[in-house]
Amino acid sequence: MSNVITWVPACKLDDIEQEGAIRFDHGGRTYAIYRGPDDSVYCTAGLCTHEAIHLADGLVMDYEVECPKHSGAFDYRTGEAIRLPACENLKTYPAEIVDGEVRVALG
Amino acid sequence: MDRIVIIGAGESGTRAAFALRESGFTGSVTLVGTEPHLPYERPPLSKPVNGAVQMKPICGAEALKAAGIDYLQGVSALNVDPHARSVALSAGGTLTYDKLLLSTGARPRRLTCPGSERALDFRTLGDAETIFSRAAAGQNVAIIGGGLIGMELAAVLRGKGIDVGIIEMAPKPLGRAVPARFAARFHARHQAEGVGFHLGQGIAEITDDAVVLADGGKVPADIVVAAIGVQPDTALAEAAGIAVGNGILTDGHLRTSDPNIYASGDCAAVAQPGGGHVRFESWRNARAQAEAAARNMAGGKEIFAAIPWFWTDQYDLGLQVAGLPHPDHQSVIRQLEGGELEFYLDGGCLVAAAGLGVGNGLAKEIKLAEMLIAAGISPDPAVLADPGVNLKSLLKSARAA
Ligand SMILES: Cc1cc2nc3c(=O)[nH]c(=O)nc-3n(C[C@H](O)[C@H](O)[C@H](O)COP(=O)(O)OP(=O)(O)OC[C@H]3O[C@@H](n4cnc5c(N)ncnc54)[C@H](O)[C@@H]3O)c2cc1C
Ligand code: FES
Repeated sequence: MSNVITWVPACKLDDIEQEGAIRFDHGGRTYAIYRGPDDSVYCTAGLCTHEAIHLADGLVMDYEVECPKHSGAFDYRTGEAIRLPACENLKTYPAEIVDGEVRVALG
Repeated sequence: MDRIVIIGAGESGTRAAFALRESGFTGSVTLVGTEPHLPYERPPLSKPVNGAVQMKPICGAEALKAAGIDYLQGVSALNVDPHARSVALSAGGTLTYDKLLLSTGARPRRLTCPGSERALDFRTLGDAETIFSRAAAGQNVAIIGGGLIGMELAAVLRGKGIDVGIIEMAPKPLGRAVPARFAARFHARHQAEGVGFHLGQGIAEITDDAVVLADGGKVPADIVVAAIGVQPDTALAEAAGIAVGNGILTDGHLRTSDPNIYASGDCAAVAQPGGGHVRFESWRNARAQAEAAARNMAGGKEIFAAIPWFWTDQYDLGLQVAGLPHPDHQSVIRQLEGGELEFYLDGGCLVAAAGLGVGNGLAKEIKLAEMLIAAGISPDPAVLADPGVNLKSLLKSARAA
């Protein structure tokens, strides 16, 4: 049954600033949920791949999140590491908005 | 031009080696490093996780290999001959170069009082292992020097239940490195955590079990750590006849007085547009200068200009500073839920900013402040002070203007 997506309710869209991110903890793991400049939502693993730093504390500009510790950066839509010292990509998870509620598929 | 040699495999030298490849350099790159490990990051040494010293490599052996970087681990450069363009190695033999980068970093300043040989340094992985393997709960550690490194070490040791005394010549800790407002906050926090401060005190002697102060007082110490600052490692440059001052002197392109030799990182004192040379001791600077030097060695003509930035973590507090705050600047405070930001204006122009909060709580704001500094704005102080005004919107309107 691994191809069945289980959606987990995460927060309200309004809980996240536009061009912002929040931390979301679930099942003993931590994630970051982003609201893009166009109000679409995205979800990635919560910790930077350089050191274990919460990315939700970082600055979101356009579709980029910058790590608050050493300024490594990721494209949060794809998880791609786009600036050193981050060099390993982030894992991403499906996210969507249903009636103003954000839900994520953490599979 | 096909041979580049880099002396010093710290943050700066290692970053430069990779940056050479990133800028398309296809010749040989040889990285010479005294220390017997893979290149590693120093900041984690004073920020252990779960009490264990972290060995955080800057890169793996595979990454060095994949980039075609010849890393001579545990090898020292003994001297540089700028005429023959060669470097003599401790392992025997010489390397010849077309361009050379000196990224020799800095080494701890030594005490000169009687018993000073008893004091441990805190710069390398080896130093950290020595300190943390000896320091156990219930012991007394005396830290000489209340700068960033000494204060970070004190925080870590308190977390392990070790008694810590800090001895500092100046009347206040962190005076040189951190804006006064935040230095006072860290000082108070350390006092609340039980760190003993001995301020305005010189040192007479270090004995088996104590540090004897100039006024005759004794600070009990099973272990003594000297954290009284670092000196740029300029010996190789000096012996090679290259101009040095407080660091290896470079022009804006990071080139030394020898046109084939560059310098970057903690060892480099870089010419400023307004005159004089400035040397930084910070992680980001080591990387940013490495990248600029690498591009220039590979044929670029870039002038190094980056806004200085550093961070320090003590207990659960994180401070970040962008730009160079000066006591003469106009200070504007913004109080936020997670902490406090201080902006520094010079003749109305935003030149620096600092933020202290729990963890990385203010990192976002400092990043935006840094971009505002780069944009060269002269903001209304009332707007800066108002937490209701989003710095991001300020930046967007500055960029649109
Ligand atoms: C404990 C600690 C904590 C720190 N924390 C922070 C922090 O929180 N934030 C921050 O911004 N900065 C911090 N720093 C500062 C930062 O680590 C330095 O600015 C940075 O390491 C400088 O890099 P570098 O490559 O210029 O010099 P170094 O890291 O000193 O590297 C120079 C290397 O060159 C080698 N070398 C020297 N001479 C020779 C030779 N002749 N032949 C071969 N090799 C040679 C040395 O052995 C050394 O390995 C910290 C430093 C320490 C020690
Ligand atoms: S922890 Fe994210 S860049 Fe270092």
